[in-house]
Amino acid sequence: MEARARLLDLAAFLDRLERARGVDDHRVRGLRAALPLLLEKDAARVAKILNLWSDPTTEPIEKGDSKAASGVWPKIK
Amino acid sequence: MAENKISMRYIEPHGHMVSRTTDDYQAMALAGCKAICEPAFWAGFDRKSADGFYDYFCQLTQHEPKRAAKYCIPHYAWLCINPKESEDMGLAKEVMAMIPEFLKAPTVLGIGEIGLNKNTRNELKIFEAHVDLAVQHNQLILVHTPHLEDKRKGTQLIMDALKANGKVQPSRVIIDHVEEHTMAAVLDQGYWAGITLYPESKASPQRAVDMIETISAQRVWLNSACDWGHSDPLSVPKAALEMRRRGHSSAAIDRLVFGNPVEFLSQCPKFISPEA
Ligand SMILES: [Zn+2]
Repeated sequence: MEARARLLDLAAFLDRLERARGVDDHRVRGLRAALPLLLEKDAARVAKILNLWSDPTTEPIEKGDSKAASGVWPKIK
Repeated sequence: MAENKISMRYIEPHGHMVSRTTDDYQAMALAGCKAICEPAFWAGFDRKSADGFYDYFCQLTQHEPKRAAKYCIPHYAWLCINPKESEDMGLAKEVMAMIPEFLKAPTVLGIGEIGLNKNTRNELKIFEAHVDLAVQHNQLILVHTPHLEDKRKGTQLIMDALKANGKVQPSRVIIDHVEEHTMAAVLDQGYWAGITLYPESKASPQRAVDMIETISAQRVWLNSACDWGHSDPLSVPKAALEMRRRGHSSAAIDRLVFGNPVEFLSQCPKFISPEA
């Protein structure tokens, strides 16, 4: 029941985004890119999604633009 | 009958109690909390001067243990300037200069929670300076890994810096806030791993138990990291309940939420095992 409710919440969220017709946002791109991973047949879905959303670079940056992270690497395709 | 007993004991190895109410202390005591460890962290706003940190360190080492004692819970602290305020290296060095004096306090367990926030060069330099300080004073280290999309990269930078120091014993370091994509790498390098049960931005009790079942229950502790944000000081006993629901034995639960943190923390002679 819990997973059912969460899936419906996610569907409702995507419907709401559709209605809002907002600008392209990296967080939404990240969310959409993660959805196919849910259907893959192995047991490492969480790690795969977290890796998909991660900053893939390896060098420290000069300065952060804010203190907060957004949840998805902003340059995700 | 031991298998059916509901009473439980646990350690909260990472709670920011200065932000919590006495109701929280009472609820934790009733849930079986036998010790709380409080790492120094960001207050939700930047402190303007080193004096602000001096007061905070006094609060962590003098005032908060007294508040916890009213609920019969021993309170310990970890000290540092956190990565969110480490961008200003002048301030960071001023704050770090005060730490050796506070390390003498009977309830200070080590240096933490140090680490990275946005993975900047300055954060990394201050992280390395803290690691040096810990090595010089033979202190345990508690590491904060960055949030969300910055976690995987930050965890790797942190492990590289710890290794580069050359004098750090991995078994004396806990790398906190691991998730499914970082936990195995942390354990593989010999560090302890902390799983933080924090709504939305970290692990849920269910995911934490999944990680325990599929990755490791050794060299791992669970914590709530309860603070001034949306967080739950009872999340460790809630994860224990989730384990019980799934059929884990009382001994396995006790090992994870009590035995493991006691084992790591007992590497500091100032930590008094609640069993003693
Ligand atoms: Zn913390």
